[in-house]
Amino acid sequence: MRAFTYERAKDAASAARIVAGRPGAKFIAGGTNLLDLMKIEVETPTHLVDLQDLEFDKITPIAGGGLRIGALVSNTDLAADARVRRDYGVLTRAIVAGASGQLRNKASTAGNLLQRTRCSYFYDTNMPCNKRKPGSGCAAIGGYSRQLGVIGVSDKCIATFPGDMAVAMRLLDAVIETVDGDGASRAIPIADFYRLWGDTPEQDTVLKPGELITAVTLPKPLGGKHFYEKVRDRASYAFALVSVAAVIQPDGNGRVAFGGVAPRPWRIEAAEALLPRGAAAVTARAFQGATPTKDNAFKLPLATRALASVLAEAKA
Amino acid sequence: MNNVEISRRGVIVGTTAVAVASSVPALADNGDGPEMAAPAVSPMPLSFTVNGEPRELSLDPRTTLLDALREHLHLTGTKKGCDHGQCGACTVIVEGQRINSCLSLALMHEGDDITTIEGLGTPDKLHPMQAAFVKHDGYQCGYCTPGQICSAVAVLDEIKRGIPSHVQADLNAKPTATNIEMRERMSGNICRCGAYSNIAEAMADVVGAKA
Repeated sequence: MRAFTYERAKDAASAARIVAGRPGAKFIAGGTNLLDLMKIEVETPTHLVDLQDLEFDKITPIAGGGLRIGALVSNTDLAADARVRRDYGVLTRAIVAGASGQLRNKASTAGNLLQRTRCSYFYDTNMPCNKRKPGSGCAAIGGYSRQLGVIGVSDKCIATFPGDMAVAMRLLDAVIETVDGDGASRAIPIADFYRLWGDTPEQDTVLKPGELITAVTLPKPLGGKHFYEKVRDRASYAFALVSVAAVIQPDGNGRVAFGGVAPRPWRIEAAEALLPRGAAAVTARAFQGATPTKDNAFKLPLATRALASVLAEAKA
Repeated sequence: MNNVEISRRGVIVGTTAVAVASSVPALADNGDGPEMAAPAVSPMPLSFTVNGEPRELSLDPRTTLLDALREHLHLTGTKKGCDHGQCGACTVIVEGQRINSCLSLALMHEGDDITTIEGLGTPDKLHPMQAAFVKHDGYQCGYCTPGQICSAVAVLDEIKRGIPSHVQADLNAKPTATNIEMRERMSGNICRCGAYSNIAEAMADVVGAKA
């Protein structure tokens, strides 16, 4: 690990100001992804601003019937919250489908949103990777791509966003609240939060340098039946090959988003409208224009089958 | 006691810090990540409680909680397996919750109360989970065992506190300590010898259930 200096932030505005004004500075919350990447020197911050003393560790009701989730709420605490379990079951299901108990105890809500891809070429510093070192090329294209993206990718990068929690939050139309180095706050709908890679895969999100996530809000509950179906290479503690987050209403309408397939949680509202016509109709629309590789073309029929399984369960 | 001098890793870390501090900041570039001048780093103080005992250390900020426990406090029961949060050998209990000590900086634990395998029981007075692991042969080589036991103790507490899991059919119901629940919740602890079924039996014994 490269050397760095360390301090504990006293408030959000000063934390954002420090990181915005100091190249090489980064926030650290749970640290479970950042320290992993620092050990292999994919991340090389020169200064860490520890956020643990900020009071963003609460889940509170908001006007209109939703919830505000503090950025530092742990994955375990968010999944276990009685209101989340009752009203946003898809979110609890998604969180407990990810990582391990130890990691969920430490990982924060904001950190989960900001976790980096698990593309093995991003992790391997002996390989070219446009996301890790812009302009160096992409070893995944033409390489081993079974785990990688089938849609929304570019000729510079075919990595996926690896998380589960964010797929449920995308389904729920969550909004991400931030404060920047100038003290200005903004609210970013999660639909606009993750970038498609295009020519600049090194930027995962629309956050500016030093912009700090303070909370995530959920609109009022949707009702319906909640599902998070995750297909992976082992039964627990593995990243998704394909995941399906869904809320299905009694009349067969609903919402659906896919994980493990794209640079962002993949939700196409026009495809959701086809839910009463069955899984194949939905995925045909949601994955229109997909560009899978030979290795990961299986994800397309797998997404249809995973959704079909969810729809069958919704009817049961 | 000067922990930096008596620990091999401490000497290396300490020397590095001094070298960096006394030289012109160098451009660090191994071809990855943005080029950034390495900062001058001094050791920082840390006070926390480990197995009921207040401890004070002076550490390079890079020191993980795992390395602080093993290399500076010489509590070598906690093991370094993958050092990337994938194997669970480094599991300890911090403020009542199990975490991977390899993926946490020691400095992030100022004031925290930490329990390692050495704090759970002693050879003369085993923790019930330790006794159950012995009784049920919950190990072969033993390398993952301290992490397995710390995790197992915390898992039973998580079930008691109603923390939900992936295998729970009804999210609004209280989880129970069934075999499938314990296997799911222990998935962050890898055992290369494959003692899983005996570990599940040991855990079941402690809760008085059948594996």
